[in-house]
Amino acid sequence: MGAYLFRRVLALVPTLFIASVLVFSVVRLVPGDVLDLMLSENTFSSAGNDDREQLEKALGLDKPIYLQYWNWMSSIVLRGDLGESLWNNRPVTSEIAARLPVTLELGLLSLLIALVIAIPIGIYSAVRQETIGDHIGRTFSILALAGPSFWLGTMVVILPAMWWGWAPPNQIRPFFESPIENLKVFLLPSLILGAALSAVVMRMMRTMMLEVLRQDYVRTAWAKGLRERTIIVRHAVKNALIPVITLIGILVPILFGGTVIIEQIFRLPGMGQLLLDAVTSRDYPIITGIFLVSGVLVMSVNLIVDLCYGYLDPKVRFEP
Amino acid sequence: MSQLSVDTTTADKPPTTRLGGWQRGRFSQFVVRLARERPLGALGALICLILLFTGVFADFIAPQGYNAINPIDRLKPPSSDYWFGTDQLGRDLFSRIVHGAQLSVIVAFAATTLSIVISAGIGIISGYFGGRLDMILQRFVDGWMCFPDLIILIVAVSVLGPGTWQVILILGLLFGIAGSRIVRGAVLSAKENVYVHAAESMGASTMRILLRHILPNVMPPIIVLYTTRLAAVILAESGLSFLGLGIPPPAPSWGGMLSLDGRSYMFQAPWLAIVPGVALTLAVFGINMFGDALRDLLDPRMRGGGGRYVRLARKQAGEKK
Repeated sequence: MGAYLFRRVLALVPTLFIASVLVFSVVRLVPGDVLDLMLSENTFSSAGNDDREQLEKALGLDKPIYLQYWNWMSSIVLRGDLGESLWNNRPVTSEIAARLPVTLELGLLSLLIALVIAIPIGIYSAVRQETIGDHIGRTFSILALAGPSFWLGTMVVILPAMWWGWAPPNQIRPFFESPIENLKVFLLPSLILGAALSAVVMRMMRTMMLEVLRQDYVRTAWAKGLRERTIIVRHAVKNALIPVITLIGILVPILFGGTVIIEQIFRLPGMGQLLLDAVTSRDYPIITGIFLVSGVLVMSVNLIVDLCYGYLDPKVRFEP
Repeated sequence: MSQLSVDTTTADKPPTTRLGGWQRGRFSQFVVRLARERPLGALGALICLILLFTGVFADFIAPQGYNAINPIDRLKPPSSDYWFGTDQLGRDLFSRIVHGAQLSVIVAFAATTLSIVISAGIGIISGYFGGRLDMILQRFVDGWMCFPDLIILIVAVSVLGPGTWQVILILGLLFGIAGSRIVRGAVLSAKENVYVHAAESMGASTMRILLRHILPNVMPPIIVLYTTRLAAVILAESGLSFLGLGIPPPAPSWGGMLSLDGRSYMFQAPWLAIVPGVALTLAVFGINMFGDALRDLLDPRMRGGGGRYVRLARKQAGEKK
């Protein structure tokens, strides 16, 4: 297991490098010049050449590009320093850290809801293949795939407000202080996001169950005269769940995108809102910071998923 | 699949007149198979056709321009004059939806075509030449793919600014790079075919092998990729426009119509929130269904699950007896 872990982490190094180069190049790709942009948007300074040089020096943009990358990277790795916001000079790391819990809770809750909805329906759909229940489940999943979550969210906000004058609360209390008040805020957005995700999980679960149910060892189990419940739970579901775990790795980036939209609809102060605010005010350090954090988060989740996979499925571990 | 590859590899020889009739036969055969084996897929195809028709003839179908303002008729509910009602500026929602279909069709086809060209380019180069080039290209794809789609889109828009062409370019690039994996996989298996080795040993040029032997073989996954990407592009564009980062108003993007700017009017005029969403859902549903059916009919390797098909195969075998 140790060697496997080492190999997996080692394989991440080039990916991380390329990813960081992509993030780094964002600001450098701005058409025109970041300097012009900052000077023109800062109305108080008379954009003279002195200011320009000063700003260039302050941002380290006068050095050659590889040195810029080196400085940027080393300050991230050594000090966890992602720079400062252009407008209020607060460190980007603390800005992101303040917003991360909201996004994480929304994401985790949605994932949990998606799995709780999808896995039982997927199993049922496969075991009772081509029955009415199966058809209803699959129609639901197809519709959930097609209906954009931002539309669903908008409807959920608008219709109850119209009919009963009810609006979802958005005063966030810490979970450990008052779990119920906290869940009141997060439940509805998570349900919408979770329903959208559950469609993918359900299709996967159903497919894998169908695949496993055809295997020889399941037929053997039937032939041994085991009860249906035992066969499905102990033999089929256990094996069908393994690929579904990999799916979680694929879902996390989708979830990230989903939280940006859902946070906007329900006005939750998460990372998505920070990103959108940063885009409107062209706060590039925050944009690159969130870009990098999201990439690293997705990569770590994928690593964890791969490790779980190796742990659950011994065949994977011993592959050369 | 096997039939397709046979057709295309011998396509050097048959006279052109025969080829025309032959392909028409194959097309109508395909339509019959689609309707018989996948009725939902046929429904999807119908929705796709309607969408396409609406998009192409939007200027003739819509009673008004998408930005024609009727100040007296603000926020009117659906009626015989305004089929879907009007918005806060008195613009006819039906006309806007129809023009929105046109916009969706344009963005979807442009971005998807771009993405498929990129996918095929990277996939074929990476898969066929292999070696160090493959390794370097794939590391770039890895690095790109570890970022969430929507975050890439938002960051890219923050750099390029909103606008139709920017959205097309960014979506094409995003889905193009992500899709190259699938093409690469198909190329890897296609290049092991004996006739590819034969062509190589006969001294055929690389270009000829790629175009004549590899490309026809990876066409089925590419076609499937194309249809699924169409839906993904429409959804992504509307998501971006919803956030105010996609196609700027007054362009009638379906996502933009649902955006937060119009939210305050939706309480008085719920049709403003309902109609664009239904249009979007229907379009994506239709394309997805059609794409699913295409995948099952064109590329047996990519279809999901076995049970349904095993049952189908058994039934057909039983009928023949």
